[in-house]
Amino acid sequence: MTSNATSSGKTVASAVRDVFERIYGDPLKQLESLITATGLPVYKDPKTGALLWVDVRELRLRFTLSVNKLEKFIEGLRGGKLMYTQCRRCGAKYFPPQVDCPRCKASDVEWREVSTEGELVTWTVINVKPASFSHQGDYVVGIVKMPDGFNITAWIDADPKTLKPGMKMRLVVDRRPGEGYITYWFKPAF
Amino acid sequence: MTRKVAVVGVGVSKFGNRTDVSLPELAWEAVKEAFDDARLGPEDVQGFVVGNMGGWSSEALPAVVVGEYCGLVPKSGIRVEAACATGSAAVRTAYHMIASGEADIVMAIGVEKMNESPTPTVVEFIGRAGNYFWEFENFGLTFPGYYALYATAYMQRYGATEEDLCKVAVKNHYYGSLNPKAQFQRAITVEECLNSRYIAWPLKLYDSSPITDGAAAVILASEEAARKITDTPVWIKAIGYANGTANLSKRPDFVGLEAAQVAAKMAYKKAGIDPENPVKHFDVAEVHDCFTIAEIMAYEDLGFAKRGEGYKLIREGQTYIGGVIPVNLDGGLKAKGHPIGATGVSMVAELTKQLRQQAERGRQATIKNGMALAHNVGGTGHYAFVTILGLSP
Repeated sequence: MTSNATSSGKTVASAVRDVFERIYGDPLKQLESLITATGLPVYKDPKTGALLWVDVRELRLRFTLSVNKLEKFIEGLRGGKLMYTQCRRCGAKYFPPQVDCPRCKASDVEWREVSTEGELVTWTVINVKPASFSHQGDYVVGIVKMPDGFNITAWIDADPKTLKPGMKMRLVVDRRPGEGYITYWFKPAF
Repeated sequence: MTRKVAVVGVGVSKFGNRTDVSLPELAWEAVKEAFDDARLGPEDVQGFVVGNMGGWSSEALPAVVVGEYCGLVPKSGIRVEAACATGSAAVRTAYHMIASGEADIVMAIGVEKMNESPTPTVVEFIGRAGNYFWEFENFGLTFPGYYALYATAYMQRYGATEEDLCKVAVKNHYYGSLNPKAQFQRAITVEECLNSRYIAWPLKLYDSSPITDGAAAVILASEEAARKITDTPVWIKAIGYANGTANLSKRPDFVGLEAAQVAAKMAYKKAGIDPENPVKHFDVAEVHDCFTIAEIMAYEDLGFAKRGEGYKLIREGQTYIGGVIPVNLDGGLKAKGHPIGATGVSMVAELTKQLRQQAERGRQATIKNGMALAHNVGGTGHYAFVTILGLSP
């Protein structure tokens, strides 16, 4: 794996767009011809015979999430590090990192680097994928217990048949192949 | 001082792929049945609560659309959400409106039209039922995926097998085949289940509840109103409720749902149930089997079996009629279907019918104790409701 974008030059943005084009492109063409031919966006459900009106007002959702207070986490990713927070007043540790401590109501945290190794707690293989992940092959998602005192959910880069509870896992922070953006995952630590 | 609350009318629509009706038309099927059951009309209720998750369906304000269509305006109506436990949240809200003395008769309506969106969109939406950024955006977890994390941990620790999980599906399909309102009306075999494809290893297609359209409605009334309406009120003895962390990574373990354990404890205490041996109090239970592993964990979270021994209950057939506690005699989420917002309401409707001994032939529990339990989980243990119903107040 290199720290540049992927070999094809494609990032997650265009990979997802291509999948959506494949899934929703044909129905859109059918809707066009339906309106042209019949004057209405209405057809009969071939399975049930029920009359269906196809929504002509498409709704697109792409959220923008504030990571403003997680700037240190974002900087950490850029530098190949995964960061968590620890409350300076009561010592509570947070991953996912958060800047407010509900335990003591303080908002004074120290940013620290997560340890590089942990132990696998549980895992699954995502065989049926959401549309926005279907440019990927089946992927393994696991939960890894870190010596820092919290668990981390992330992909596991391994053959799932070789996985066992308690297995040592090594943390990786890098650009994800096929998506080109920096994230974190685990691989077996040997 | 809270007032006693009874279920006085119930209705459930046919569950399935209901492309033949709109969202309010679907709600009306259940609402009409509930009104007829109680011999009441829209003019008799003082408020209504609509359980609907939405996102995949076109209506942004389902409560007002349903309220208008069902003739409930200008009665006070709201929409509530608690993921897959949305229906129980609607029942709980209606219950408190009456228990507090604010209203005498309130309707809880659960309705969901998941088939208004194509399947990939629905998969996308339910996959976001956790913590969006830390679980979905970067790691693409799906709803079966979340439960699969529990299934892996449970099976590894206690030695349950994929075959044990399939036995839950076989039972629930069997009872679904006897329920004319169930989405799946065909019994299946363990082999068929074992041969179905993986959707989130170790969970397979036949371990999973389907995408469903459906509605359910229950009419709740104060003791005074209930006595006037019906000779067979079914009392809400207790509702326990709790939540779990959004991020699964923050859970203490992956072999049971803490929220369900807390909710059960709360409900048992309120209803005077022995938490060491709850099954002796109940004739029948509805548990949240969105995936087969969820039903097995529910046995343990509810105290029907010891921790790590839930799979033995299904292995021994103890959750069929005639066993220690019959579970999901309407087919459960697995075979009856799981229209998210309607599920919790339909559990209360089903148990009311069971306690009144009005279930179809072959799926009626023997009613001796006159008590029943509904366990409804939202998300992956993000919300949990345990509702206890009884024939005596």
